[in-house]
Amino acid sequence: MSELQNISLPGPTITPVSEPFWEGIKAGRLSLQQCDKCEQWIFYPREHCPHCFHHSLTWKQASGRGRLKTWSVIHRAGHPAWQEHTPYVVGVVTLEEGPSLLTHLLIEEAALTYNMEVEMAISEIGPHPLPFFKKQEEMK
Amino acid sequence: MASQTQGAIIGIGELKPVRYSTGKTTLSLIAESVRLAIQDAGISKEDVDGLLVGPQVGETPQHVPATVSEYLGIDPNMSNTVDLGGATGPGMIWRAAAAIQAGMCETVVCVLANKNEKGETLRSPNRNPIREFDVPFGASGANTSYALLKRQHMEEYGSTQEDFARIAYWARKNAQLNPDAIFHGKPVEVEDILASPMIADPLHLLEIVMPVAGGAAVIVTSPEKAEKAKHKPVYLKGAGEKITHRAVSQAPNLEGLPFNYSIPRALDQARTNIEDIDLLSLYDCYTSVVATTLESAGLCKPGEFGDFVKNHTFGHDGDYPLNTHGGQLGFGQADLAGGMSHVVEAVHQLRGEAGNRQIPDARNALVTGNGATLSETTALVLGGER
Repeated sequence: MSELQNISLPGPTITPVSEPFWEGIKAGRLSLQQCDKCEQWIFYPREHCPHCFHHSLTWKQASGRGRLKTWSVIHRAGHPAWQEHTPYVVGVVTLEEGPSLLTHLLIEEAALTYNMEVEMAISEIGPHPLPFFKKQEEMK
Repeated sequence: MASQTQGAIIGIGELKPVRYSTGKTTLSLIAESVRLAIQDAGISKEDVDGLLVGPQVGETPQHVPATVSEYLGIDPNMSNTVDLGGATGPGMIWRAAAAIQAGMCETVVCVLANKNEKGETLRSPNRNPIREFDVPFGASGANTSYALLKRQHMEEYGSTQEDFARIAYWARKNAQLNPDAIFHGKPVEVEDILASPMIADPLHLLEIVMPVAGGAAVIVTSPEKAEKAKHKPVYLKGAGEKITHRAVSQAPNLEGLPFNYSIPRALDQARTNIEDIDLLSLYDCYTSVVATTLESAGLCKPGEFGDFVKNHTFGHDGDYPLNTHGGQLGFGQADLAGGMSHVVEAVHQLRGEAGNRQIPDARNALVTGNGATLSETTALVLGGER
């Protein structure tokens, strides 16, 4: 077996500060921090507000909805373990609450449009549940 | 804010880029770059009392200035690692001048070099938060980040694939006048660029720099000391720097990109404006960087670089000479030394020694450097007169 086949998809390297985020994902929720002082929402997890530098933030459940800011269809993966999954789509989503994050998009290339409404779809990659995003379903 | 001339470049040394540097170490390439720069300046290494180096990817992650000093056999009064990705080269030049102005030293060598061996990919390991929040989703490496930036520009402003391809076309065209360029003798047409494989859609292979081995060193001293130099000195007239983010997901919107601050700041400090610049020596790891840099520099309105590149010419004899050495897209990117190639070409042009690619009567150059994904930016105005 070649060495490459032994390379597994790299999972998140979780820190004590980010652990509540990943616990939330495991439970099917998108948890984000909100600043207790300026009330801005924050991603990625940290201990200080990057807006007002207040040091008290509270974990809250976020909507899991946002809009697609930009995307790329990857043909040559930057990490060898992802190469067999090409082509696949990654993108940046601006969440309803304000922050933006990088994610994997479960959307066909032809259906990708700028600013389209997307929602979280938790996917298992090996042992790691990850917040991927898909096209937002029609509101009922 | 300083407005007088801040420092002077009296020596340059640059290795001819090669695809692979078999049998070389990064330290030996650093030393050879320094030797060439010292020789060009007509000084000895004992005249060097300041040292600025880059972080060495894959080798000597800590104590880099001491390691390099020891290897070169110098004992500087000031040394530091400058860590601004592709902006490191230009970032070193004003830092060297600032250290001289502060009285810490008189003559600084700024050096960047990297080996590149076949089958060995030297890269910095990704660390948190990028390692935690980007890599697990299938996004690692600069290609993805710059593809995201390009897609955003296309969607927001309606720029086209042809608009971006023209930037790579001019880089390759200019490289045909530089025998040191990795793509010398290999011109391409816009159609070739558009037909090259898609790496990270919308980025094609020929919109991406070729990694090479190489190195560059630049000697900076005070304007006073430079008057006695061997070559016509090139003066630092203005500098601007801005860092806005690290990960592409945390980048500001296009109208808030950091060159919008660093370029005007450098021009203001030099008391000049963009139309008085004779050479645009703009960092070009990808076509998408040049596109937004032209807009940030005020050469065209935001979103309109496509018309600008269609309606002008960018050779040494063109309306807006741009990266006359071929840019990194044509010259090759020797890791961080690639960013210094934009400084070195500006010195060649302002000394009037650029040979068959000389810009007639070149007096001022704008040099830019960019690290991460338009995250760390430095802009310099260099001039041939004090």
